[in-house]
Amino acid sequence: MPKLTIEELRKGREEARSKIHLREGEFRGKIIVHMGTCGIAAGAREILSAFLNEKENRKITDVFITTSGCAGLCSKEPMATVELRDAAPVKYGDLTAEKAVRIFKEHVLDGKIVQEFAIGLGSERGG
Amino acid sequence: MRRIELMVCAGTGCVASGAYNIKEALEREIEKQGLKDEVSIVTTGCNGFCGQGPLLVVMPDKIFYGWLKVEDIPFLVEEHLLKGRPVPKFMFVPPEKKEPIPLIPDIPFFKKQMLVVLRNKGIIDPENIWDYIARDGYTAIEKVLTKMRPEEVMEEVTKAGLRGRGGAGFPTGIKWKACREEQNPVKYLIGNCDEGDPGAYMDRSLLESDPHSLIEGVLIAAYAIGATKGFLYIRTEYPLAIKRMQIALSQARDHGLLGEGILGSNFSFDIEIREGSGAFVCGEETSLIHSIEGESPEPRQRPPFPAQVGLWGCPTVINNVETLANVPVIINRGAEWYSEIGTKNSKGTKIFSLVGKINNTGLIEVPMGITLREIIYDIGEGIPGNKKFKAVQTGGPSGGCIPNSLIDLPIDYDSLKEAGSIMGSGGMIVMDEDTCMVDVAKFFIQFTNDESCGKCTTCRDGSEALLEVLTRITKGDGREGDIEFLEELSLAIKDASMCGLGTTLPNPVLSTLQYFKDEYIAHIKEKRCPALACKDLIKYYIQTDKCVGCRLCLKNCPVGAIAGLAKHPHIIDQAKCTKCGTCLDVCPPKISAVVKISGEEARNLKSLEK
Repeated sequence: MPKLTIEELRKGREEARSKIHLREGEFRGKIIVHMGTCGIAAGAREILSAFLNEKENRKITDVFITTSGCAGLCSKEPMATVELRDAAPVKYGDLTAEKAVRIFKEHVLDGKIVQEFAIGLGSERGG
Repeated sequence: MRRIELMVCAGTGCVASGAYNIKEALEREIEKQGLKDEVSIVTTGCNGFCGQGPLLVVMPDKIFYGWLKVEDIPFLVEEHLLKGRPVPKFMFVPPEKKEPIPLIPDIPFFKKQMLVVLRNKGIIDPENIWDYIARDGYTAIEKVLTKMRPEEVMEEVTKAGLRGRGGAGFPTGIKWKACREEQNPVKYLIGNCDEGDPGAYMDRSLLESDPHSLIEGVLIAAYAIGATKGFLYIRTEYPLAIKRMQIALSQARDHGLLGEGILGSNFSFDIEIREGSGAFVCGEETSLIHSIEGESPEPRQRPPFPAQVGLWGCPTVINNVETLANVPVIINRGAEWYSEIGTKNSKGTKIFSLVGKINNTGLIEVPMGITLREIIYDIGEGIPGNKKFKAVQTGGPSGGCIPNSLIDLPIDYDSLKEAGSIMGSGGMIVMDEDTCMVDVAKFFIQFTNDESCGKCTTCRDGSEALLEVLTRITKGDGREGDIEFLEELSLAIKDASMCGLGTTLPNPVLSTLQYFKDEYIAHIKEKRCPALACKDLIKYYIQTDKCVGCRLCLKNCPVGAIAGLAKHPHIIDQAKCTKCGTCLDVCPPKISAVVKISGEEARNLKSLEK
């Protein structure tokens, strides 16, 4: 390991920061992929991977991707909910990897709901 | 492609309760569920909530799981990590409540804390230098080396109001300045991690959870005083802390943060670990110096202070490791920011280990000036079994007890001193109504008597004499004049002993005498222990009007001291009874026939039983 100069330390710090962003806990939004048995059977894993890939490739650190149980609309699976700060959650259904990529870019990054895939505003309550 | 990080606590406490087994089980299940690319495991230092170990925090969800068992892991991984359903049954449930609290920021134990020194605990992997760097690590030394002269660094630390966290509370900046002004070109800096107080583990946790913050603090201090070499004096009973520190030192060296020309500057410095072998007196600075020199660890007269004549005769600064770990924060955030935390003369935060009769056991960092009530009832969530809070011992064997009547006392260096105790390194032992204060004083005097190095007569023989009298009192052989003798001898030991061990060892006696003299009097005059704790002064007794003859106590008594027929009241044979208390523990709460009695009542037991 070569000894660091101040410049190299600073550069390395930026990179290290992005690696630990999940632990620091401040995000402007999250994407929830519904992973009940119905969701998994309908291909939710693929949707999850698509979102994760987009986040990684675009080096996005202020949004996180998580999973939750069945949302109760099993016929619309795979589904995902986008929750951005100060905005109502939006549910998307009948997803494919391509649709997920568009949702990530248009809704999560640019803030425009992708109306054609959306099935409703709001989120189910529950603990 | 990571979406989840599992922060597995790997402090000494959690490691002892099986953290590495939990980690292995998590690895297995994650692999099995095909989550290897999405979930990573980070072994962190002490999370602080030691009473809940082994424990795990799931990020970014912020879900806290405690008391985990290996067999819980498959369910937890499938439910939470795969299906996204956090599992309530592994979450923290507050004492006397039923509803779990899922999120770590909502748990009362964490809510009132203020993390300055422990800002990285539970977030970074202490064995990975880049985790520390990512959290603004080594930005303070960067600033110091490029923008600040040594005098400016000392000025900043003085202005911040930082005082020694090892116990005495000496202003750090002034100590540094005294050393800096010495002419000798060879100067040393020592980080004191010889944490000897029973029940205290602040320094150990700091080293285990964030060793690089200490290295950075040492570097800044060394730059300020012009030190040429540093030592970390760590007790050998802390193997995990030593291991993590060694890893951190070698990583820092590899990355050019220690050694020749640090970060390309002309500042060179290195740090060596010295292990202390567990003598309490080594925490005293002159003893510590003798120990590093290879001499017998006995203190010497001051002045000259170590800042003038220290290690191998050279000017030496000895700072507690918690003090040093405050320094990078002061440099980064400024003296003004820092000095807004705390009270008039005690700035910043303090780490305490909260132990004893308290619901939430663990390590806490709180702003100076917080009240005991907040610590015990908000953070600690009260006393188990709804017992009454009696007192708290601060400062370990050198400290004293703070009674219930002072529960609203804001905690800082001066208030504790005024109350007859000391801040000490930060041990906080909570005692409830079942604790006998004479017994507590005896316990601490036993400790200091064992640990006295023997150099001063007052400390060596004085502690022996205190112990003898205290033992007598707890056995029911107290005499008229014992209290006066204890007081007089205590003051003599304080006056005539040389080092901190001797001058503070009578504190537990003096403070219990100050606040609980009635307990001493009860022991001496009535041969009664009001807390029903001193074995020689109590008897167990089965109340005949309450006993239903269920035979539970009879079956469980390890010495066969209980007799009686089924469905008839039982009786304890006092000659056989060893006072282990099993009968009291097993007697069903609805019946509550077994009681402890002391004093005249106990002496008249024969007539009671008739």
